[in-house]
Amino acid sequence: MYAFEYHRPTSVRQAATLATKAEDMKFIAGGHTLLPTMKQRLAAPANLIDLGQIAELRGIERSARSVTLGAMTRHAEVAGSAEVQEAIPALAEMAEMIGDPHVRNRGTVGGSIANNDPAADYPAACIALGATIVTNKRKIAADDFFQGLFDTALEEGEIITKVSFPVAQKAAYAKFRNPASRYALVGVFVAKRASDVRVAVTGAGSNGVFRWTEAEEALKGRFGTKSLEGLSASADGLNSDIHADATYRAHLIGVMTRRAVQAATARG
Amino acid sequence: MNATGIGAPVRRKEDQRFVTGQGRYVDDFNRPGQAYAYFLRSPHAHANILSIDTRAAKEMPGVVDILTGEDLAADKIGGLICGWMIHSKDGTPMKAGPHPALAQGKVRYVGDHVAVVIAETLAQAKDAAEAIAVDYEVLTAVVETATATQAKTAVHDVAPDNTVFNWHLGDKAATDAAFARAKHVTTIDLVNNRLVPNPMEPRAALGEYDVGTDNYTLYTTSQNPHVARLVLSAFIGVAPEHKLRVIAPDVGGGFGSKIFIYAEETVCVWAAKRVKRPVKWTSDRTEAFLADAHGRDHVTHAELAMDEGGKIIGLRVHTIANLGAYLSTFSSSVPTYLYAPLLSGQYDIPAIYCEVDGVYTNTAPVDAYRGAGRPEATFVVERIVEKAARELGQDPAKFRKRNYITQFPHTTPVIMTYDTGDYHASMDKALEEADYRNFGKRKRESARNGKLRGIGFSSYIEACGIAPSQAVGSLGAGVGLWESAEVRVNPTGSVEVLTGSHSHGQGHETTFAQLVSDRLGVPIDNVSIVHGDTDKVQFGMGTYGSRSGAVGMSAIAKAIDKVIAKGKKVAAHVLEAAESDIEFKDGKFTVAGTDKSLDFASTALQAYIAHKFSGQELEPGLKEGAFYDPTNFTFPAGVHICEVEIDPDTGVTKIDRWTAVDDFGVIINPMIVEGQVHGGIAQGVGQALLEGTVYDKSGQLVTASYNDYCMPRAIDLPSFQVGMTVTPCPSNPLGIKGCGEAGAIAAPAAVINAITDALGHEDITMPATPQNVWRAAQKNATKLAAE
Repeated sequence: MYAFEYHRPTSVRQAATLATKAEDMKFIAGGHTLLPTMKQRLAAPANLIDLGQIAELRGIERSARSVTLGAMTRHAEVAGSAEVQEAIPALAEMAEMIGDPHVRNRGTVGGSIANNDPAADYPAACIALGATIVTNKRKIAADDFFQGLFDTALEEGEIITKVSFPVAQKAAYAKFRNPASRYALVGVFVAKRASDVRVAVTGAGSNGVFRWTEAEEALKGRFGTKSLEGLSASADGLNSDIHADATYRAHLIGVMTRRAVQAATARG
Repeated sequence: MNATGIGAPVRRKEDQRFVTGQGRYVDDFNRPGQAYAYFLRSPHAHANILSIDTRAAKEMPGVVDILTGEDLAADKIGGLICGWMIHSKDGTPMKAGPHPALAQGKVRYVGDHVAVVIAETLAQAKDAAEAIAVDYEVLTAVVETATATQAKTAVHDVAPDNTVFNWHLGDKAATDAAFARAKHVTTIDLVNNRLVPNPMEPRAALGEYDVGTDNYTLYTTSQNPHVARLVLSAFIGVAPEHKLRVIAPDVGGGFGSKIFIYAEETVCVWAAKRVKRPVKWTSDRTEAFLADAHGRDHVTHAELAMDEGGKIIGLRVHTIANLGAYLSTFSSSVPTYLYAPLLSGQYDIPAIYCEVDGVYTNTAPVDAYRGAGRPEATFVVERIVEKAARELGQDPAKFRKRNYITQFPHTTPVIMTYDTGDYHASMDKALEEADYRNFGKRKRESARNGKLRGIGFSSYIEACGIAPSQAVGSLGAGVGLWESAEVRVNPTGSVEVLTGSHSHGQGHETTFAQLVSDRLGVPIDNVSIVHGDTDKVQFGMGTYGSRSGAVGMSAIAKAIDKVIAKGKKVAAHVLEAAESDIEFKDGKFTVAGTDKSLDFASTALQAYIAHKFSGQELEPGLKEGAFYDPTNFTFPAGVHICEVEIDPDTGVTKIDRWTAVDDFGVIINPMIVEGQVHGGIAQGVGQALLEGTVYDKSGQLVTASYNDYCMPRAIDLPSFQVGMTVTPCPSNPLGIKGCGEAGAIAAPAAVINAITDALGHEDITMPATPQNVWRAAQKNATKLAAE
């Protein structure tokens, strides 16, 4: 790790001001991606702005039609939240599937989506549930937020303050873990919403999270595994690595989609 | 049975300090004035070093010195050695290329040592390393085991076709004759995947030089500190043997990888004198992946010949063994004498012939890893035997039993003489405990749930208790493999045992103390086991090859016998009786047929105060030493049965049941033995399902972190059913065979046999990852559809 200046603001406004002044700056949330990278000397920000002491970024709010997570809400808090479990059980289950207890107790929703790792779980939840990402400057629809590998709509110095998830009629997340890292080799979040059905796939795409629109169309008629029969995902544009090539990933998208639909319908 | 004696499941004495964080590992030691070493490692798998410019780096803050291979040469420090000479078929010695501790002109694998930076802090050392300018001429990398000899480039000039040796064992003519008259021949092609050892504690070294006394001290993560001292002094030449103290304190696992004498500890001792400061290096996990000696990495073709009745009559094996970029300390022995002599397995096979081609590649050196050669042999034998049974349409258990050795001693065609065993007993017990008769029912039940269930056997044997010195000497070992012990009885009757064995997780502080408690009748808490310090302990050979019980404890037993003999003399003087009338039992010396006795502690006190001795007749003191050299290897053997359930949709293999029945001879502590079996199985399952070391075409290690290298987790393993049968080993005084490697030896074949049984075909390689199994299952589905 190289030397850096460490800042610990206590408000979003303070953090934003610091961000405009500090050269070569990175925000740090849970730090589960950034810190290991810094330790390996692969990242070397001159200034690190820690968002961990900003109280307004924490917390879970439930309204009639949505669940809103403060950006610095830990995965473990989401997984254990009675409100989330009741309103969008799939979201709580997804949070419970992230990493291991260490990761869940440090990692945050804001950090996860700002990083937009192509194998992270939250992007799939955001896309499938049609979340809104709220920053200190604006509101961004999830569909516009995730723009490719580790790339988002966030501008320099922009801070995610919260993420709002509309309550779905039915939803579930099925994850096939990378055997080594436990990241999603393929993760599929399905959500049946009032207006449509969404099938968001993470871990598989070489350009990050994407929607499997054929499956969405098929499920629109009747939300059940039968509707998926004969449907297979294309291997075009999927990742290939030592753990899974594109063909296997494409196959797993089908399997995980069926399992997610099954879990969502079983929930009733 | 004494509650703390042989056979008692005594809780491990050492665990209190380990589980409360009070263990003391190399990295916990810090010496006044200590500086930190950081190794600049090669980013290329194969390259000539045209120049190394350290001038700018030496000006960086905190830098004490930067040393390269040129400095090593200037100080006449020798290269690292391989201590086992293997001769090729044509009688020529193996082609050992130079192995300098810091590269001299060439780097041969990613992670090879280019220079060492010594600085006030580790961060400063790393900063300076980045400022070293190395001009590389990148060469084509030789990466693949199977094709290394056809590569256009040579890793070492001494081996132009990258062949280290073409070795063989067995009778070729007799084996060819057996195949000529065979009624059925089964063939198989296997890859035994390369593994990264991954002990919990990474390697570390702290070198120190005392200018006043000209003494050197090395704290190092070693399984055999005396061997390290011998090699560092006599062969590498960094310090005279009597001036070098090697301390291997608490060591957090080794699995073989800490047997070897590496570049880093060599450099730390040497550099400590150069810079006149203690020099410390602690490996990080990435370095451990890159530069710890790896294990396995064989490509094998095997053929099994059977007569019309399904009796095995011959086995022919050809193996290419990847030895990596340099010959590590014992690397040459692993795919030769620790491998081919086990190819008879538990079977009466009249003719065996094995050829092994050792090859260089631009990958990390490969050496002993838990099992070392024996897992590779077991994988060959148990895979081909299982396949043969299937081809003949015979039950795999019955086929094995039909071919088991039943008479002992039994001399195989591959130089081993098995002393004892009862293979039918372990198979019968395993079949019973695995509920084999109801397997079909379970398979149908799985099929109803869309799952594929399979069962796999592994009827393994290993040669442990390594090893009779004369035997290994005749096979090319540079050392003898006896063990030493000293039993010091203190005036209070407490006992210190100095052993040449080294515990790095095995629980010696408990099991060795159990032996003392059992034999001398002293409370186990009054026994200390001292190991891992060449200034305290007499020369010893260390711990590997499941030898500490069979060899190390036998040495202790021998020393204890001498203590008892001396104690009888002491008691005779004190009790004013004839020495021949003294009996020792239950911790008391008694005059036979009387109630006159002296307990052990009083005897010890009398030995030291010596008031009752006439000096000429009896020396004071109670301390005895012994060296024990075994008369044969030991042959632990057993049967492991693995039952898997495969989800054909995803390729996920779930191990549903695991039955192990092992014959380890006499057992000192069944709890510790069971733990060793569990750990071994976990490692074997790791190899079979999860762990695959991948180098890309350019020789970059793709699996250089836990993000890509998959270690077994608790969730990957079932609850093991572990049982024992016992045939005491006749080749050592305690009847011990050894248990440390059995699980890792037995497990891979059991898992893969179960998977191939479930799939209905043999086409699966290790690690059987979900992707591999899914693909194999697809093939299955295609085949079924075609039929």
